[in-house]
Amino acid sequence: MKFPIYMDYHATTPVDPRVFEAMRPYFTEVFGNPASRNHSFGWQAEDAVEKARKQIASLIGATAKEIVFTSGATESNNLAIKGIAEMYAEKGNHIITAATEHKATLDTCKRLEKEGCRVTYLQVQTNGLVDLQQLRDAITDKTILISIMYANNEIGVVQPVAEIGKIAKERGVLFHTDAVQAAGKIPVNVIADNIDLLSISGHKIYGPKGVGALYVRRKGPRVQLSAQIDGGGHERGMRSGTLNVTGIVGLGEACAIAQAEMPAESKRMAYMRDKLKDKLMGALDEVYINGTMESRLPNNLNISFAFVEGESLLMGINDIAVSSGSACTSATLEPSYVLKALGAGDDIAHSSIRFGLGRFNTEEEVDYVAGKVIEVVEKLRELSPLYEMHKEGIDLTKVQWTAH
Amino acid sequence: MAYSEKVLDHYNHPRNVGSLDKADPTVGTGMVGAPECGDVMKLQVKVNPTTGIIEEAKFKTFGCGSAIASSSLATEWLRGKTVDEALAIKNTDIVNELSLPPVKIHCSVLAEDAIKAAIDDYKKKSAHV
Repeated sequence: MKFPIYMDYHATTPVDPRVFEAMRPYFTEVFGNPASRNHSFGWQAEDAVEKARKQIASLIGATAKEIVFTSGATESNNLAIKGIAEMYAEKGNHIITAATEHKATLDTCKRLEKEGCRVTYLQVQTNGLVDLQQLRDAITDKTILISIMYANNEIGVVQPVAEIGKIAKERGVLFHTDAVQAAGKIPVNVIADNIDLLSISGHKIYGPKGVGALYVRRKGPRVQLSAQIDGGGHERGMRSGTLNVTGIVGLGEACAIAQAEMPAESKRMAYMRDKLKDKLMGALDEVYINGTMESRLPNNLNISFAFVEGESLLMGINDIAVSSGSACTSATLEPSYVLKALGAGDDIAHSSIRFGLGRFNTEEEVDYVAGKVIEVVEKLRELSPLYEMHKEGIDLTKVQWTAH
Repeated sequence: MAYSEKVLDHYNHPRNVGSLDKADPTVGTGMVGAPECGDVMKLQVKVNPTTGIIEEAKFKTFGCGSAIASSSLATEWLRGKTVDEALAIKNTDIVNELSLPPVKIHCSVLAEDAIKAAIDDYKKKSAHV
């Protein structure tokens, strides 16, 4: 085993060596600008980009012409939401999203609110999923867009996207989904799911950082959006800027590999994830899984070890790279807003660890991680006044704490 | 974030972990913080009623490594001090000793509060004896 062990694949992934090899010629040999229409350098680069476009489209059941390249999913989300709000301003100004979305969606919506849009942030149920009836009730004749992520980056829950797409279609509202964590991990099909816009990112699927794509539906309905970056009119006018050919080639190859290997890989992920879960829950009491296991990415485990604070746990397992929803580990010193949205209380967020398994993890690593986490949780519980009180039968919710 | 060597040492080898009998009239117990805030410290002192010297100090802490280190250090400092000397311990002393970064200063404040709460509890109890 090589240390430290990386188990934070929701944050980013290494570039798959096969992806790296596919990208290699496009740095120094095939360096043309795909927009150069009058010589072979440009044609070769264009061929590479068009191949990648097909690979990406194939992964999500789209056609190549519906893929717009961006710098990453944050840009894709910005382009989708701002671009729709601007283009369809005459039709309406209401957007529906959810409280557990990524900041790239939430902060984009917040900006649009300042500019006169009305945004509904759906609360999620305790299992992390949006309530479809609440969604139906939130739609008005001013609603132009529903933006709900496919799978959550913290708790891995997979939203009922097909149902959301159906509701959106019935009500004549466009549907955007941030599929950064889902695409390449579980089957995603924009036709079956009635998705009009979909964001993906290269570096979450073993491709390079700095490249992403936005799927924009061309038929039934033909979706239009206002460009957010002005310039040479690349990407059918939706996103100007010289194409990041190496990145695009990498994203395409990453999608092709993910599509080919998904059945076997998702099975392997679920096996390892379940083994980790079973070992932890078998050895420790008062362990809670955040978000439903019924509808979840195969590689995600978000789990709270009650009476143990997340950052102190990370300190004890410092040869393992994972992340925590604890306030102490966040830049804002606030516990995870996603876990808070589940309504379980801040203490559950402070005690949470997110394991994100990936392509290069081994079963041996899973066994090591489980053993190490159990050892450190047990040690920290010996140190925990809360665990001691719990063992004495004291109901911690009834204690008068001196909040500070 | 990188931790100072002293924080790591206290985290890896916490001193004086444990609990004293809350019902003992010579024991003062302080419990500060809240689970929702991400840290709770329990600090206890056992005072020799004739000399007024703290003979034993124990802690248990739910919190980040710096909170654990602050309370562990506090118990080391408390042993052998008189009650009044204990009250003179300032959070800034803990910050300096452990080289705590600005975002972790609240851990040292919590430790100072825990010391004060434990001594207060002892004083209240001994006044009744």
